[in-house]
Order: sequence, then C-alpha cells, then structure tokens
Amino acid sequence: MIYFHTKDLAVGYDGRALIHDINIQVERGEILTLIGPNGSGKSTILKSITRQLAKICGQVYIGRQEIGAWRARELAKQVAVVLTDRIHPELMTCEEVVAMGRYPYTNALGRLTARDRAAVAEAMERVHALDLARRDFATLSDGQRQRIMLARAICQEPEVLILDEPTAYLDIRHKIELLDILREMAHEKGITVIMSLHEIDLATKISDRLLCVKGDTIEAFGPPEDILAEGVIDRLYGIEHGSYDLLFGSVELAAPQGEPQVFVVGGGGLGIGCYRALQKRQIPFAAGILFDNDVDCPVARALSGHVITAPAFEPMGEEHFQQAAALLARCGCVVDAGTPIGAFNRMNGRLLALAEERRIPVRRGWKALESEPGGVARQTA
Amino acid sequence: MEMKDALKPEESGRGGVSRFAVSMAVLLALLAWGLVLNVNTGSVDIPAGHIFAMVWEGLRCKVLDLFTGCYGQELSAVITASPESRIIFSIRMPRMLLAAILGGALALSGFLLQTFFRNPIAGPFVLGISSGAKMVVGITTILLAPRLGAIGSGVMILSAFAGSLLIVSAVLLFSQRVRNMSMLLVIGIMVGYICSAVTDFCITFASESDIISLTSWSMGSFSGANWGNVATAGWLCLTGAVLSWLLSKPIAAYALGEGYAQSLGINVKLFRAALILLSSLLSACVTAYAGPISFVGIAVPHITRTMLKTSRPVLVIPATYLCGAVFCIFCDLIARTAFSPTEMAIGTVTSAFGAPVVIYMMLKRQKQRQ
Repeated sequence: MIYFHTKDLAVGYDGRALIHDINIQVERGEILTLIGPNGSGKSTILKSITRQLAKICGQVYIGRQEIGAWRARELAKQVAVVLTDRIHPELMTCEEVVAMGRYPYTNALGRLTARDRAAVAEAMERVHALDLARRDFATLSDGQRQRIMLARAICQEPEVLILDEPTAYLDIRHKIELLDILREMAHEKGITVIMSLHEIDLATKISDRLLCVKGDTIEAFGPPEDILAEGVIDRLYGIEHGSYDLLFGSVELAAPQGEPQVFVVGGGGLGIGCYRALQKRQIPFAAGILFDNDVDCPVARALSGHVITAPAFEPMGEEHFQQAAALLARCGCVVDAGTPIGAFNRMNGRLLALAEERRIPVRRGWKALESEPGGVARQTA
Repeated sequence: MEMKDALKPEESGRGGVSRFAVSMAVLLALLAWGLVLNVNTGSVDIPAGHIFAMVWEGLRCKVLDLFTGCYGQELSAVITASPESRIIFSIRMPRMLLAAILGGALALSGFLLQTFFRNPIAGPFVLGISSGAKMVVGITTILLAPRLGAIGSGVMILSAFAGSLLIVSAVLLFSQRVRNMSMLLVIGIMVGYICSAVTDFCITFASESDIISLTSWSMGSFSGANWGNVATAGWLCLTGAVLSWLLSKPIAAYALGEGYAQSLGINVKLFRAALILLSSLLSACVTAYAGPISFVGIAVPHITRTMLKTSRPVLVIPATYLCGAVFCIFCDLIARTAFSPTEMAIGTVTSAFGAPVVIYMMLKRQKQRQ
C-alpha cells in the first residue's frame, strides 16, 4: 500500500519552479533516498514536502491526506525532520534538546509527562546516547550531535522521518551506525524514511527506492537494482573524468591519457594495486588477459582503454593471446601482478615468456613500481 | 540499567528546578532588602521604625480602601500626616517601585530580543531601539506640547512604542540582508546614533522649557515617579511579562533554529511578530518613563542564565524579571545616594556595572569557540 506519495509536484523558490513533475510513491516502512549532485535541488524537495517551503504546484500525500490540509501541530505528529542547520543552543542538555521532540504532545507550557519522559529515554536509547543525557549539547562532537538530533526526531514519534544529508560531517563508523538506526526504525517501527545522501554506495545499500535528482528534472525513480544501470551515476553527476563503479561502490579517478606504456598481466584482484599505482603517476597502461568476471576487470576498464578480456569459466584462447601480444609489443615495460598461472590462464604465462624473449623488462608487483618512482616512465620514455 | 536510572522522571530536571527555587529565594530576599534600603536612605533621615509603621498603616488603609471603598480619607491622612510621610509615600515609594517594575521589563525585553536574534548581546539599547523611542518621544514633546499643553503618560508610551517599532522594523529590514550578527549590531548602533542626531536636531529648535525636561529625561532617571506612573507601568509591564512567559514553550523550541521550530508546528512568522511586539512594548514602557537605560537588557539575562545554569524559558523569564528589578533598584540606590545630594543618571550606574558583564561574556564565548 502506498503511504507517502507526490503527484506532479513542482518545487522551487519565489514562485519559480526549479524541479517539476516529481512523482514519488513510497510504502510504509520503506526508505527513500534522494541522490544527485550538489545544488540539484534535493534540499528544495525535502523542504517542500515538510511545508518549510511553499510548493509551486502538485500535491503531497501522507496516507490519504494532502499535507496542506494538516494543521501544523497534527503534521508535526506525522513528520519529523533532521536538518542540515547546525544549531547552537546555549546551556541546554542533550536531554532537553531531545525533549523538544515532544513539543506537539505537551501542554501550553511544555510540561513533560511521565509518558513524554519515557519517549525521550527510549529515543535516546535507540541512538545509543543515554550516557549523553546530562551533557551540555554545545560540548558534543559532530557524530554525537547528529545522534541527538536523530533522537529528537524519533521521540516526536513520526510516521515519516525526513533527513537532509544526515551523514554529512560524520566519519565512516558514525555513518554506518546512523544508517543502521534508520533501517531499524523503518523495519521495526514501520516509519517511512525519506532522506538525501551524498554517499551513493551507502544509498544503494540502505534504500528501498532511489530518486535521482538532476537540476530541473527527475532523472530516475525506483528500486536501486532497477534504475542503476552502468553509467547512470556518471551521467547523473556529470562525471567526465574518472568513474564510479556501482557494483563495488568505488570511485576511480581520471584515467591516464595516451598510448599504453606499460602492460600489466593481472587477475584475481592482484592487478588493481598496479592499475591504481600507474594511475597515480598518470602512466597510460594496457591490461590483460582478464576473465570478464575478474574483480580486476572493472578497475582496469575504468582506468584504461586497452583491456583484453576473455570469457570466464573456460580456458583463454589463442585469439586473446594474439591480441594481448600485439599490445604488449607496443609497451616498453611489463608488470607481472603476481597472479598464479594455472590451466585456464595459461596464456598469461605465455605473455610473460614472450616479454622475456623480446627483452622487455618485467617488474614484479606494484611495489616494484613504487620503489623506483618514475622508473617505469624513464625506461619507457 | 544504570543509565536508565539517570532518566527517571522524578530525577530528571529536578536539579534545574531546585536551583531555580534557591535563586528565586535569593533574588526575592535581595529585592526586599533593596526596597527597605531605598525607603530608608536619602537626604532626609527618617528612623526605620517610624517608616515601617507608616508604610504598614498606609498599606492597611489602601487594602481596606480597595475592598470597602471608604478608607480613602484615612489613607490621604496617613500620607499627609508629616513631611516625612509625604517623602516616603509621594517620592521614595513610587520611585523604587517604578525602578523595580521597569528594571524587570528592560531585562525581559533584552531576553526576548536575544531569543529573536539568537544572539546574546542583542538588547534594546544596543540595537538602537531605545534611541528610536527617545527620538519619537522627543519629536512628540517638541511638536505637540505647544498645542496640547501637557503631554500625558499615555501619549509618551504610545510615541515610545511607535519609535521602538520603527527602529525594530528598520533593523529587521537590514537583518534580511545582513546575515552576519556582528554587522547587524554595528548597524543597530549606527541607527541609534542617527536617532540621537535627529533628537539633538529637534532640541536645537525647541523652546527653553522643553529642552530642560527633555534633557533630564533623556539622561535616564527614575526621579519624578508618581503613583499614576507606577500603576500604568505596572499593568503594562506585568501584562507583557505574563504574555512572554506564556510564550516560553515556543521560545524554548526556537532556540533550535527556525527550521526545527517550524517542523514542531510553530507558526514562525506569528511567533516572531509576537516576540518583537512584546519586547518593543516593554522597552517602550521603560523609555517613556525613565529614558534610555543601557546594558540592563544584555547583562541581566546573562547573569540570570549563569545563575540558573539553564536556559529553560519557563524558569528564566520570571527569574530575569526579578533579577532586572533587583539590579535596577540597587543601581537607582547608588545613583541617588553615592554623591548625594547630587543625583547621577541611572544609565551611568547601569553602564558601570553592566558593561563589564558584557565584556566578560564576550571573552568567555570567544574562549568557548576555540
């Protein structure tokens, strides 16, 4: 059952639409993540669905009711937020900051009942921050602050939790912890989570649905497995130099340009170190022969235009050897990544033998490259 | 679980409340002591026992008069019984009560402005609001006095209120362009100077008698208070204070910033308007009766928060009012008696005690940031 959805929503500032035709459907207890480049309008969308910003046109529904129809106090019981605003409350303990989440439930003077205090304690326990209760909020680290702000939102007991870049400023451990808590909230309590993230790899792993926001349009919306084809991320973010690997969530920097100077014989993950070492020195290289399911393959392809691959699960053929040999002949140096030679990749052994025969210098592993900085370049120059 | 025990309802927040109770008791004791000292000291020495008897008699008659309506004559008999009783009832008592009421109002006005600008050194004097009120009062006095004869306190308050709102809106207009708070304060100070210049310009062309009254008024003083002033100021300021206290819940939430306040269901625009109107009303009231008084609005809320070690508005608002009353009563006492029979301007004394507090506060904040 669709719980949160928007219909032809357009958002923007001062009556001018920045992004239009936003149609999102999210079920109860799902996690929706907005990804997209800086300034693409992720925050604008989030602000519009929390009524912080007047929407230009279209509707936003929580359950069956349009958000414009909620009274402010009732909406506050439905939707809680974690914003990017850094707050500086003076002389407030963490407990007091969290207790602000009870605002829609308390009486005119904000008196906390036993029920409210229990909700505060539960929320703080959920984010593992009970030990911070008495600490002055101003003395916290970024990671602790973010957990407290999350606890504040949780104790508001919302149906929908909206977070704007909750992992910004956090180190990797705190990022993982925070996302774990969000997943727990979504799965156990059925809270619908809508957030924006910069970490695409984390976004694909935690989200049930992704919304790719690019400038004035929505690039794609749907489950991450469906919408993330090869190259989507590069297009979404307009990556021209370098690339993003979806499978591993790893980033490769700009590939070295020019004719290959080094031939790397790799496979089995041992090649990756060599490719990256060469990239760092901006030495163009060729790589081969790799089975097309090898972990080395995506990195080699990202960093070089000259990669010889062979079908997996069968021995490499003569034609692959011939292609690789032709490439190797153009290189001034060969790097043996140290991949063991067996029956299926026998051709790689032949390549190394060919290099010896032709008196092309063969280096062993990327450490050999490292120990003589510029050495390869000098020999190939 | 040990940690959970820390959050038991009966434990939680109690430290703040008991600290509040102690602080309020201390402040009330100081207030009582200040009132007694104020009645007791002055250029005419009156024995303490005598004073208490008179005050008691006066109070008794007043209360009886309030309920029965037929003790009026006895009351005036008590007041006019002797020169001493006339000094006590017509000069010292209204003056100290006015000092207490307006001192609290000034401190609270500062607190509200600090909430609004989320800056601890915002205050009616710093932002030029007092000077704006003074300017409009000055213009009204000079332009209207010849036509209306005497200027009533109602007109004074209204023009001070109009002046406050005028300057607040100017500062707000600038604040939309200037996000930097220190720049905003500089603008406030400059606006204050412009207002002073306009006031001085008007004074240049005013009649002799207007100049004298305006100058002595603009120095800031609680002298010349009468019971009518006390009643009007009392009603206005206490209403303002109660309304502010009723806003404590949104004030607390507003400390988390506008975005969070809005997400909790607060109508931010309405709330901000209420804050500005209340703080303008309070500071206008003070300016109308006692002229611009500096630094109370910044120093007192800070002293109060430090004393209470919390910023929960439910507690801070009443404590700030009380603390402001105590602060002003003692400052007025010093202004009145330090170089007796010459009287100092109240602003001189409040600056001497308030400004160092502000400097200390700035240094402490600087240290915290590092």
